[in-house]
Amino acid sequence: MKPTSMGQAVLIAAAVLYLVSVFFLSSPIWMGFSLNALIIAVVALSWNVTGGFGGLFSFGHAVMYGTGAYASAVLQVNYGVNAWIGLVAGIVAGAVMGAFIGAITFRFGLKGSYFALVTLAFAEVMRICASSFAFTGGGAGLQVKLDPGISTLQFQDRTVSYTLLLLVVAAVMILTAVMKNSRFGAYLIAIRENEDAARALGIDTYRIKVIAMAISGAFGGLAGVLYLQTMLYIDSTVVYGNAISVEALIGPLIGGAGTVWGPLVGTLGLHLLGEGAKHLLSNAPGLNFVLYAVVLICALRFLPQGLMGFAARIGPFRKKEEDDDNA
Amino acid sequence: MLEVRNISKSFGGLKAVSDASLDVPEGSIVALLGPNGAGKTTCFTMIAGFTKPDTGTVTFRGEDITGLAPHQICARGMIRTFQIVQPFAGLTVEENIAVGAYLHHHDRADATALARKVGKQLGMGGMLDRPAASLTIAGRKRLELARALATGAKLLLLDEVMAGLIPSEVTEIVGIIRQIRDEGHTILLIEHVMQAVMSLAETAYVLNYGEMIAHAPPKELVQDPAVIEAYLGHGAATRLQEGGHA
Amino acid sequence: MSSLILPAVLSGLTMGAIYALVALGLTLIYGVLHIINFAHGSLLMLALYAVYFLHFYLGIDPYIAIPIVLPVFFVLGYALQRGLIAPMSSGSETNVLLVTLALSLAIDNLALYFWTSNTRTIDIPYAYDTVEFLGAYLPLGRVIAFFAALAVAPVLWLFMEHTRLGASIKAVAIEKRGAEIVGIDVNHAYAVCFGIGTACVALAACLLLPTFYVTPQVGYTFVLVAFTTVVLGGMGSLPGALVAGLLLGVIESLCGLFLGESLGQIGIFLAFILILLFKPSGLLGRGVKA
Repeated sequence: MKPTSMGQAVLIAAAVLYLVSVFFLSSPIWMGFSLNALIIAVVALSWNVTGGFGGLFSFGHAVMYGTGAYASAVLQVNYGVNAWIGLVAGIVAGAVMGAFIGAITFRFGLKGSYFALVTLAFAEVMRICASSFAFTGGGAGLQVKLDPGISTLQFQDRTVSYTLLLLVVAAVMILTAVMKNSRFGAYLIAIRENEDAARALGIDTYRIKVIAMAISGAFGGLAGVLYLQTMLYIDSTVVYGNAISVEALIGPLIGGAGTVWGPLVGTLGLHLLGEGAKHLLSNAPGLNFVLYAVVLICALRFLPQGLMGFAARIGPFRKKEEDDDNA
Repeated sequence: MLEVRNISKSFGGLKAVSDASLDVPEGSIVALLGPNGAGKTTCFTMIAGFTKPDTGTVTFRGEDITGLAPHQICARGMIRTFQIVQPFAGLTVEENIAVGAYLHHHDRADATALARKVGKQLGMGGMLDRPAASLTIAGRKRLELARALATGAKLLLLDEVMAGLIPSEVTEIVGIIRQIRDEGHTILLIEHVMQAVMSLAETAYVLNYGEMIAHAPPKELVQDPAVIEAYLGHGAATRLQEGGHA
Repeated sequence: MSSLILPAVLSGLTMGAIYALVALGLTLIYGVLHIINFAHGSLLMLALYAVYFLHFYLGIDPYIAIPIVLPVFFVLGYALQRGLIAPMSSGSETNVLLVTLALSLAIDNLALYFWTSNTRTIDIPYAYDTVEFLGAYLPLGRVIAFFAALAVAPVLWLFMEHTRLGASIKAVAIEKRGAEIVGIDVNHAYAVCFGIGTACVALAACLLLPTFYVTPQVGYTFVLVAFTTVVLGGMGSLPGALVAGLLLGVIESLCGLFLGESLGQIGIFLAFILILLFKPSGLLGRGVKA
């Protein structure tokens, strides 16, 4: 989690500075935009677990997000369940969905492009299902009743929502850092680097990958619930739509996949860029995605390790010398 | 320590290995020899659990491990290395070895400490923080050994650790393998460089066209007509004995 | 109900022919370049707009537009592969997928910006002409598309098997290094192949528009169906894509009939997941590279 170079320290400082600035600018537009960016950052962190650390590129991460959002919404709207239980249910549903997709696709050895496409197909199946059944509200979607309060997880003061979201993002990043530095993280990274070698070293690669999908699903489901509690309304094209799947992977790839800060840095950077472009071009719809596409192509070519990877080479901090090093 | 009985494997119509058996006593260095394509690596993949043998059994420390997954076999103390070295290219040498060390050390600090210790044992102390991708072939072969050792395995299956090395590097690695054995490990190695095997292995098996054609100390094997024919072609043994010019 | 099945099957076959045509281009690109072109659907959408505007501004009939749109899209495909996809993806399979994903994102959203999300159709005199066959009334445009798709697959196959360029493309597909050594311009062969794949999409657009519509999102709908077709037919197999396209058209039509219109496409995606899981080599595939 700590920066390893001057460059990284600057990037992290910029991200933190921006996040703090929202408290002082008291602009409703700025606040709304930042709330959205933070929710997307959680999806990006979710994608980062499998895509960044495990090298498992999903093209359909909306499947986790949408499942989390729908699980909580269905429980709250149809069964009057408490929002906190809805939150837990959303996280669990996301994790189960992730583990389920992982369990069946990895069982059959799907990798690379095949894995990417099959995740996308799962997201599409779920989107069509959610827009077809009555209990998910069909095409009209589901609306949670406005009733601000701690027990309903709804907050009239957006500063409170924002503060809580910041805490959630921080918690997810800390969990990511803990995972990265654990045995599980080392195994997941080993699988990304060379799955055969990982197997030979005694790693149950199937199990590790499925667990990674479950963790990613839990984060993704959490992000979906956060969206639901912020907007109080979901429909299938929004939460199971391709836009979420794209945003999930683009932030980490720009910011630095397989790093703790990369998904946040990438997502914030892209959203600022997209928002700026929108204002310059009089709110044209979709143009932010054109910009994302251009940035993604350039990043793949010129920043293969993302911003964090690139920044790691600018003014690296010297590692503490250990006295037994010359032994 | 390891008993392999009559294992066979076919790919399509091709019999890659048929009815091969071998024994590796504890504390020994045993070699598995044979010309290219004889089925040596296939034997390894079956013993280490990467493919399931069609027939036969593999017994390790008295337990039948036939058909177990690689990670289950690894947990029991047997590990293989790859002929074409497979480093985790994006990680440092230390991180590479630590992946092996994690098998029996769940804590990061313990695994890292063990990784550094094993790295230094194999003469890699100076390159622990270097990316594995920057290592030479000889360095990668050492790394492959270090990772395997770090798992705490008792039996190491080494697949052509000397291939692609220059003679001075071969001498070094022969020394390292001996050192590993003297520290209490058992080794089964695949080689087709006869020279290296002669000085290292106490006993050797020869595989040809998937069949085990000989089993003896290496010094006797080089006299065995069947072995010479396997390596040099049909009729070579007779030509050699007649003082020929092979 | 049973009286509805035959018309549903026939209508599915005609839609399936379009799927097959779109998938032929995709499978050709996969078979030779071993890459998955995620922007394939977006290129179809672009071609549909091209056909639409040719009709709207110049009054050119979609079928007359074929000799105009086809070469333009061949050149576009050639240029995209040579100028963007190859140089930007540095040879990695995942990067190709990501670059083409970015490309589709850019094309789709630019279309949305310039042409808005309005659904557009063209008005041609024969739009409502139908053909009666076995008691089912099929739109004339769909029937033409069906036979055109059936004709294109053998033409492509003949090109690959019996022309010098086809032979060099095949050589590149099988052994890139070897082809390079005997003097084949690999980058040119790749780009030609990508160009042909894109031209297939342009043809599909000309055949599709008389009985269909165009929106900026239409490409996304088609791209997943096209992937399914390619995988079901066996990655890289031309006859496979033809058979699979027809089959999926029927599956979609029958699912729509029995499960309701909105769930029609679910059959396609479920088929996709099941094939990827249980027979990734496809119906007529020769095995799959993991």
